[in-house]
Amino acid sequence: MSKQQPTQFINPETPGYVGFANLPNQVHRKSVKKGFEFTLMVVGESGLAKSTFINSLFLTDLYPERIIPGAAEKIERTVQIEASTVEIEERGVKLRLTVVDTPGYGDAINCRDCFKTIISYIDEQFERYLHDESGLNRRHIIDNRVHCCFYFISPFGHGLKPLDVAFMKAIHNKVNIVPVIAKADTLTLKERERLKRILDEIEEHNIKIYHLPDAESDEDEDFKEQTRLLKASIPFSVVGSNQLIEAKGKKVRGRLYPWGVVEGENPEHNDFLKLRTMLITHMQDLQEVTQDLHYENFRSERLKRGGRKVENEDMNKDQILLEKEAEKTLPDTKNTTFRMKNTFRMNSENYLFSTKLGNNV
Amino acid sequence: MSKGLPETRTDTAMSELVPEPRPKPAVPMKPVSINSNLLGYIGIDTIIEQMRKKTMKTGFDFNIMVVGQSGLGKSTLVNTLFKSQVSRKASSWNREEKIPKTVEIKAIGHVIEEGGVKMKLTVIDTPGFGDQINNENCWEPIEKYINEQYEKFLKEEVNIARKKRIPDTRVHCCLYFISPTGHSLRPLDLEFMKHLSKVVNIIPVIAKADTMTLEEKSEFKQRVRKELEVNGIEFYPQKEFDEDLEDKTENDKIRQESMPFAVVGSDKEYQVNGKRVLGRKTPWGIIEVENLNHCEFALLRDFVIRTHLQDLKEVTHNIHYETYRAKRLNDNGGLPPGEGLLGTVLPPVPATPCPTAE
Repeated sequence: MSKQQPTQFINPETPGYVGFANLPNQVHRKSVKKGFEFTLMVVGESGLAKSTFINSLFLTDLYPERIIPGAAEKIERTVQIEASTVEIEERGVKLRLTVVDTPGYGDAINCRDCFKTIISYIDEQFERYLHDESGLNRRHIIDNRVHCCFYFISPFGHGLKPLDVAFMKAIHNKVNIVPVIAKADTLTLKERERLKRILDEIEEHNIKIYHLPDAESDEDEDFKEQTRLLKASIPFSVVGSNQLIEAKGKKVRGRLYPWGVVEGENPEHNDFLKLRTMLITHMQDLQEVTQDLHYENFRSERLKRGGRKVENEDMNKDQILLEKEAEKTLPDTKNTTFRMKNTFRMNSENYLFSTKLGNNV
Repeated sequence: MSKGLPETRTDTAMSELVPEPRPKPAVPMKPVSINSNLLGYIGIDTIIEQMRKKTMKTGFDFNIMVVGQSGLGKSTLVNTLFKSQVSRKASSWNREEKIPKTVEIKAIGHVIEEGGVKMKLTVIDTPGFGDQINNENCWEPIEKYINEQYEKFLKEEVNIARKKRIPDTRVHCCLYFISPTGHSLRPLDLEFMKHLSKVVNIIPVIAKADTMTLEEKSEFKQRVRKELEVNGIEFYPQKEFDEDLEDKTENDKIRQESMPFAVVGSDKEYQVNGKRVLGRKTPWGIIEVENLNHCEFALLRDFVIRTHLQDLKEVTHNIHYETYRAKRLNDNGGLPPGEGLLGTVLPPVPATPCPTAE
């Protein structure tokens, strides 16, 4: 395995050089070959431009043949779960992305049962993974667990609606929540600033959203600055746009209005780029948190339960949180997607995507 | 000869009106008209001027209700419509101003004056509508309020000693705010309009229309119109109440092309091309509220205030109120509720004294 780089072993300058510092490169190559899996769930009321956003996020068309039902049909419908998978490749790195859509959420007059379907889907994925992990043949475990949930908040309200609060409270211990303010082109700058106070509301209700990890001290300044900027922009207010519009002599992705053009990828117009950067550079961290925190949570509860309910969930979570904190100080050796962070970071500036569409998993 | 006259006290005339959901009110027979050529100028047309003077002196009432989820810009729109701060906005981020648990009805009255004409405007707000997790029957408090106003008016009307001018608190117009999802109506919108289009004039309005591009807007409007039609929702101006051909063609045009109006509201002014205009300032341009290329606010304003204001009041009085009244009187077996009974014998009006005293 290490035959390919004989030169790196014999380094005349450092006599005590063994060469295991090479390990990350090997891991890197292996993981690149294996490819990555990521599952993203989008939740929000209809008409918040979720599908447009997803399409523009990954520069694909995930929903080519979409039929939007009328209001009378919506009365009868319950929340559905639709998963579509896309394989994206960039510079040799393969990403198998699954987007889980939840049409019907928030449509009904009585939304009490809205989130039951979604929660059972998340639990099902955890269950399946647990089952595979405990099985005899563990070579090809497919990870369909939901790594991240984009929760779309309507820009039309004055903040969080009761449904938003109830839903987030129900899933914040199962999945990483990233709150996103949809259709941000409705908002003037002042209104956008005001909506950032959603963070206060989230804190008030003790909802745990995904927190970006602070940049480590050995990272370069740019990265630290970027992380700081990203942290300050939560919740991200986005505009999804898939149409190419001619503006100021060049073609941009945007929305054309009689009073101007909203550019999807202009950081002054909205936080789309920031959200995309965050997602890409922290993909690995999101997976890690899902594995270490949410999945472990589920697992311990499940194994303990085996039939009866567990009362002191909270104690478990606190314990796990403490353990995770302790682990952070040690180098992360057990995770195979180590250092992929760097590759993704380098790629975040210019995107070349070539995609192959695959259908429902 | 006395057939059809309103003073007839036979119960049968009243009960015949009931069975259909919308009974036509009893109208007196049209007098036979003889066209006679005037031989000179009499001055009959001055009645219009007399009416105008009277209206200016007495002023008039107008009650407008706004219904829609919180944050759709209802208060801002009403302020923009009447160019004054008639509605207190809930956009101030007070901790105490949480979303109410049930639908509340808040009526705020103002007197505004323009060109010597006084209008007593009442804006009825409905905070809490559609904001809960469970919104079943959230239109009931609204329906109840509307019927209560009809009841109040009815009570005044059947009083023996009536006031010269009965205060009119009936809801003349209900602006229903549709959320600009771009897809279709929401189930709640349909349910609300189905229930309330029979008791009040509903004008559907697409809120915050600056979310949509021009194509999205026209597609959405078409879809909404079709959905309303398919579900049999009669919004104002209702087809069945068009009085003559002129009205019909005008209203048809509005119904089929302009409605529902896609509006943007704002109470802030900005400088555009040297003029001060009401608008919204965004990093990519200024959205002018009164510019027809940007949104249809001007159309809504003209429709509600400049052309159809009186008609809104008339339809409320002649159709919706009469429906309520007929139902109410019929429920009571022809007798109205409370004091002031129509069924009793009126005391004889003292006759003018004859020359020969009796």
